[in-house]
Amino acid sequence: MSLGQVLLVAALAVPAVGAAVVALLPGDRAARVVGTVAAGLTLLATLPLATGDRSWTAYGVNPAVRPWHRLDLPWVPALDLRFHLGVDGISYPLVVLTALLTLLCCAYTLWRVPDGGGSGRALVALLLVVEVGILGTFLALDLVLFFVFFEVVLLPMYAIIAGWGGADRRRAAAKFALYTLLGSVLLLVGVYVVVSAAGTADLLALTGGTGLSRGTQLAAFTLLGLAFAVKSPLWPLHSWLPDAHTQAPTVGSVILAGVLLKMGTYGLIRVAVGVAPEGARWAAPVLGVLAVAAIIVGSLVCLAQGELKRLIAYSSVGHMGFVLLGVATLTATGLQAALIGNVAHGVITGLLFFLAGAIKDRAHTGALAELSGLRETAPRLAGLLGFAAVASLGLPGLAGFWGEAFAVVAAIGRGGPLWTTLGVLAAVGGALTAAYLLRLLRRVTHGPASPAVGRIGPGLAAAEWTAWAPLVLLALAVGLAPTLVLGVAADPVAALVGVLR
Amino acid sequence: MSLVQSVDNVALLPAYLAAGTAVLVLLADLLVARAAATVAVAAAGAVATGLGSAVVGAGGPRATFCVAADCSYVYGGRAALVGALFALLTLGMLALSGPALRAGRSPVGEYCFLLACSMTGGVVLGAAGDLITLIVALETLTLPLYVLVGLRRGSLASAEAAVTFFVVSVVATTVTLLGAALLYAVTGGLHLDRLGALLAGRPDLLDVPLTTAAVALVLLGLAFKVAAVPFHAWAPATYDGAPLPVAAYLSTASKLGGVVALLAVVQRALPAEVTGPVLAGLAVLTMTVGNLVALRQRRTVRLLAWSSVAQAGYILAPLGALALAAGRTADARAAAYAAAVAYTVFFVVLELAAFAALVALRPAGADGGTLADLRGAARRRPWVAGAFALALVGLAGLPPGLAGLFAKVTVVRALLDGGAGWLALVVAVNAVIGLAYYLRLAATLYAPPAETAGAGGTAAPAEAGVAAGAGGAAGSRPAWAVLGTLAVATLVAVAVGFAPQLVLDLAAR
Repeated sequence: MSLGQVLLVAALAVPAVGAAVVALLPGDRAARVVGTVAAGLTLLATLPLATGDRSWTAYGVNPAVRPWHRLDLPWVPALDLRFHLGVDGISYPLVVLTALLTLLCCAYTLWRVPDGGGSGRALVALLLVVEVGILGTFLALDLVLFFVFFEVVLLPMYAIIAGWGGADRRRAAAKFALYTLLGSVLLLVGVYVVVSAAGTADLLALTGGTGLSRGTQLAAFTLLGLAFAVKSPLWPLHSWLPDAHTQAPTVGSVILAGVLLKMGTYGLIRVAVGVAPEGARWAAPVLGVLAVAAIIVGSLVCLAQGELKRLIAYSSVGHMGFVLLGVATLTATGLQAALIGNVAHGVITGLLFFLAGAIKDRAHTGALAELSGLRETAPRLAGLLGFAAVASLGLPGLAGFWGEAFAVVAAIGRGGPLWTTLGVLAAVGGALTAAYLLRLLRRVTHGPASPAVGRIGPGLAAAEWTAWAPLVLLALAVGLAPTLVLGVAADPVAALVGVLR
Repeated sequence: MSLVQSVDNVALLPAYLAAGTAVLVLLADLLVARAAATVAVAAAGAVATGLGSAVVGAGGPRATFCVAADCSYVYGGRAALVGALFALLTLGMLALSGPALRAGRSPVGEYCFLLACSMTGGVVLGAAGDLITLIVALETLTLPLYVLVGLRRGSLASAEAAVTFFVVSVVATTVTLLGAALLYAVTGGLHLDRLGALLAGRPDLLDVPLTTAAVALVLLGLAFKVAAVPFHAWAPATYDGAPLPVAAYLSTASKLGGVVALLAVVQRALPAEVTGPVLAGLAVLTMTVGNLVALRQRRTVRLLAWSSVAQAGYILAPLGALALAAGRTADARAAAYAAAVAYTVFFVVLELAAFAALVALRPAGADGGTLADLRGAARRRPWVAGAFALALVGLAGLPPGLAGLFAKVTVVRALLDGGAGWLALVVAVNAVIGLAYYLRLAATLYAPPAETAGAGGTAAPAEAGVAAGAGGAAGSRPAWAVLGTLAVATLVAVAVGFAPQLVLDLAAR
């Protein structure tokens, strides 16, 4: 085994073993420390994956996907399932983001375990299991393996919401589980539509849609597209998201918005578009229209939203709309926008949920009507919220800008009346995004301090700084140097677009 | 034709072992008259039967009781798998029955004897090569269960359940027999392979209305045994009235028997053009109705019963692919049969684990109770509740219950290979409905106990009292045999979850 293969296995094995150890250790505090260490080691295992072999001639299978590292072992031949992992420029930023956010959430849990009855130890174990599922999804190069990891995430996330969430957590958790299971069973059918027709589940061989008839590709893209649209979520399949976010504990929301939704958009790029490009071309206008509808609807709902976490949740619908619009254009610019939009949304919305959780924990309310004047009592918290909101609305120089701007550019660049209209509407949506985030800031940070806000002290715990600082820095770094993401993604995206033509 | 047949006694060895177990149990009960000895003899017999099945099965196919090329007893890989499974399930049921037997709810000797008889039926069933052997074996499997269901002393529900089960089952057997008789009238054959060859070789036979009627009758009679909708109504009432271990046996071994019989006739005897649409319809109805009704259940065993109705639908689903021409190619058919067998194996393991956990969580000899009785089980017995939750999640077909996940994957894959995408979508949507009630049951285990659920005061006083009583009674440790069964079933489920190829290979033989 080469170093890269060891790292690939370690990225999945370390959190898995960590989760088992955490679950079995007797002491609660000690278990949480072990869990955090495991999450840290996972991050350390994923970082050096970038040092891979990028001389692409090494793999002569198919030029569309060229992993830097690859591990291919048989698992269940009768189901065409191979334990086939790999990492390339499309998945690498998401892999690192996942490992980072999990580490931050585990560290945050060291400091504060959400109320709700469950032990902190179990929460950390579940976070690590979720990490295994998400990392596995991003690393899988086998369609069936991708599906298996996609499913792994579901129940632990359900348990996190149901065990540590808000007052209405049971219903929200069940809604999340059933909705997303509907998505993943469609994925299962879609995967085997492809596998039955092509006779292989190897993504390296399948990317480009070679060997699949037009009918198969249309059927496959419909099923896979629906599956990923539920997960992303794409309007009008988004209704599980606001409930889940509102009820989930802070760390649950961060993981959910930060990386779990990305499984949908990543799957759309890597699996749906990659495997059924003809289907993607056929469905692109529908996808584009729905994405723009998501942007507009999400923004309008946010403008009328009175609850902090719910507002941020709906803002995710809008932001993911930009990502999906980028994918729908099927151009290099659009896909790049989608990838950087993914990462930016993960960083910024993760930060926003951390901040919203901190505000709710302190003020014991999330209603915008009862929050005002945060600037007066907790200037640091208010400042961070301002930073995150401004980053989220896409201020140039911060991470949120690139994804949204280039999604619009890609749509306009695609030409034709439909895409031009979509681009213009998306730009209007961008303005609406600014409007509701500024409204949020005006309501929460400005004005006289409300009674709920009046109780808040100015201090921030060291654990909070530790959890938030990396996200603040990343939002700045990706904003100032988008090449951090675009650089590694440029070649894989060019290769993918090459087979789309 | 010689009147003296040479009998291959090696092929019959598993059946001898099973029948011998029954006789020995009877003798042990008569002569030794100690409950422990009787149970030990039955357990040893079950182990010997299981080993015998495996050993004989490893040696390649054997056939006996042959007339020319047609054999009434064919011992191949499938028969070995079925025999070993029946022996293991019998062993598991003996272990689960321990507390109830010790509590003196049922007479030990009769209980073990009947169980061994039932096992004999199951072992022969896997090897049946003609319709008569098949039906007799199936009846030998079922007949003792009528008594076992009603064996709980002083329980009216138990007696009612037994009568329901008896009446429905006898009607089903009659229907199957009628179908077999009509088939004989049309074709003049009773051997499965001969029937298959005859019906395939003479398409004109299929145009005779009597043939279709005969095929339909055989299928429908067997559909009763697997509790497929619309022939399912007996299952929930019977499961709920029966003692818990017997309910476990009904939903695993008895269902396995029905599936094996159905597979035998569908795979070898009956024309796929006729069976395919019937099975597809049965599968869709069974899955959907089972899942929808399970959503509304308040009693644990009834919920599991309806869920096992739904699971029968998933088992039948791959066979539904035979309805389309694309599903009738040799490859697609083989895949469909293998998928049905594999799903059954995965299901049986998970279902046994679920029932074992339920037995462990309930006081000795009690019935399944309501869902509310299980509140807070995870605090009292974290390991047992964890195993229960794992089994339920597996039945729902999700990780970490990988065995269940791969079971669903196998079915969907077989359906898509057979071109039955619509049926795959039905299975998929049903998996979502199924998750709703499995999650509800699993979440109940982790809910705070009823006494401390507190503020809402939603728990009725009576219910809280029951829960408290259950909690008190469960303060005593569950019997080690029950925990052992649970542990073994859970470990097997985890193992086949990580190495499903083992089951898939066995199923394809």
